[in-house]
Amino acid sequence: MNIPEDRRYSKTHEWVKLEGDVATVGISDFAQESLGDVVYVELPESGRQVAAGEAVAVIESVKTASDVYAPLAGEVVEVNESLADEPELVNGDPYGGGWLFRLRVSRPAEFESLLDASAYAKVIEEEE
Amino acid sequence: MKGDFPTLFERSRSGRRGTRPPSVGDVDLAAMLGADNMRSEPARLPELDELSVVRHYTNLSRRQVGVDTSFYPLGSCTMKYNPRASEAAAALFTELHPYQDPESVQGALQIIYELQEYLAEITGMDAVTLQPAAGAHGELTGMMLIRAYHESRGEGEQRRVVLVPDSAHGSNPASSMMAGFVVREIPSGADGEVDLNELRAALGPEVAAIMLTNPNTLGLFERKILELIDAAHQQGVQLYYDGANLNAIMGWARPGDMGFDVIHLNLHKTFSTPHGGGGPGSGPVGAKAHLAPFLPVPTVKREGERYLFDYDRPQTIGRMRSFYGNFGVMVRAYTYIRMLGAAGLKRSSALAVLNANYLRKKLKDAGYIIPHDRLCKHEFVAQPPAGLHALDVAKALLDYGYHPPTIYFPLIVKEALMIEPTETESQETLDEYVTVMAEIARRGQEDPDWISHTPYSTPVRRLDEVSANRHPRLRWKPEE
Repeated sequence: MNIPEDRRYSKTHEWVKLEGDVATVGISDFAQESLGDVVYVELPESGRQVAAGEAVAVIESVKTASDVYAPLAGEVVEVNESLADEPELVNGDPYGGGWLFRLRVSRPAEFESLLDASAYAKVIEEEE
Repeated sequence: MKGDFPTLFERSRSGRRGTRPPSVGDVDLAAMLGADNMRSEPARLPELDELSVVRHYTNLSRRQVGVDTSFYPLGSCTMKYNPRASEAAAALFTELHPYQDPESVQGALQIIYELQEYLAEITGMDAVTLQPAAGAHGELTGMMLIRAYHESRGEGEQRRVVLVPDSAHGSNPASSMMAGFVVREIPSGADGEVDLNELRAALGPEVAAIMLTNPNTLGLFERKILELIDAAHQQGVQLYYDGANLNAIMGWARPGDMGFDVIHLNLHKTFSTPHGGGGPGSGPVGAKAHLAPFLPVPTVKREGERYLFDYDRPQTIGRMRSFYGNFGVMVRAYTYIRMLGAAGLKRSSALAVLNANYLRKKLKDAGYIIPHDRLCKHEFVAQPPAGLHALDVAKALLDYGYHPPTIYFPLIVKEALMIEPTETESQETLDEYVTVMAEIARRGQEDPDWISHTPYSTPVRRLDEVSANRHPRLRWKPEE
């Protein structure tokens, strides 16, 4: 299972990469594998204020529909428009081209409270 | 039987005919029907001879897997046998018209009235509408009743949240949203039941209702149901019962007695009317007295020996369906109830539970994992043995002539196989099924390549589910 160390994770299987006060959010390799082939991604509107833990996106796969939660509080500043035509990017490139949305985070320091790669690996282990 | 199967439109040949209807003669159709209703060009109907049509549908039906051809343990769907007697009864009513004078259809109204009464008695509710066309439509109706109730008390703006467990049928949150509520999910406990503490913590003045099914989608009876409902009622929260799983408790326990305020039933599940292929279904809604003023109109009432439509419900949420609901389905359910009687309905639930537990135990012996391994109700959730996927087991079952169980649901169990045998299956059928499931497990583990390419014997093999979801072609269109 691929868990890059250059970012942080949530227990609900989102990854977060922080650059300045802008956080890019996607779902982990484990999450995309569990969901199966993704057929549709519903993304939030730019400008929306979200709380940490709030459901902000929905990923539909051939198996199920699953909420994606905002790992940090902030304002949605950009969404990955290419997922409208190519939702399969979430499966093929979860940590790159399959990113979901970007947040301008209210409190960048909270990034440190998210799970690092080894802590997230333990979360997966417990789930399996 | 293999391969492509042309539609009637593709089989059409210009000018070909079966029977030829008589000419309308010298009638001025435009004057009779209204000029606006006349076609400017003929409808593009397929043109075929009678034998071709017969062969088309006969061959299509031979591709069908249904409860009439094989064991169909599709969890939460209650695919029990649909008695031919119910069909015969329904056929007696096919010439009625909904615009007929009620005086001329007293027998039909009597059936509607008595079915309302029977369903109220079976569920422990005070009033029933038979209007909703199917289960999710019943859910929407029920949630609209709850909304109207809160509004009548001046709490409509305040109570906007509906609590739904994470094991719920997907239609529950969808119906709540349709009725204008916001959905909040309640996690299940490790025992598979609603976590009472989580639920208590989620209750508040903003909560309008809780939607539950009992037994839940794991087939487990919610043992803390009375405490749970009591806690909700103390906060003014209404309880909605999703009747999809009523087949487990019919005649043994009544949702109304547990404290539920509103309930929908699926006549096409519990009361053995046909379902699948798009219906029609029927999703009657039962309500306690305090919600009855909001029921859709009309219901049918009795005055002396006469039955009549009752529109006198000033606080009604309105009509939920044209005319009076799917009447043919009502006749079948009515016939089923009258054939079985109170004792028979109770016994059918007992046998449904017995069959589910028998299968649960036998599949466990065959190597399947039972994550919540305790006495279940009418269904249970299993997982395939190590290394196998629910999807592959489902596809392999097709090669053995069985309809697969529900898979990947409920969402709280990974690789879920949700199995509901119903009371209509014999021990021999269940034993044969277990033998096949054991063989699939053994062969699949020995030969992963074999199972990952099943099915081999069906007209089409693995379907492209991604394309089907992304680019659904819902009807045939002529090539322009």
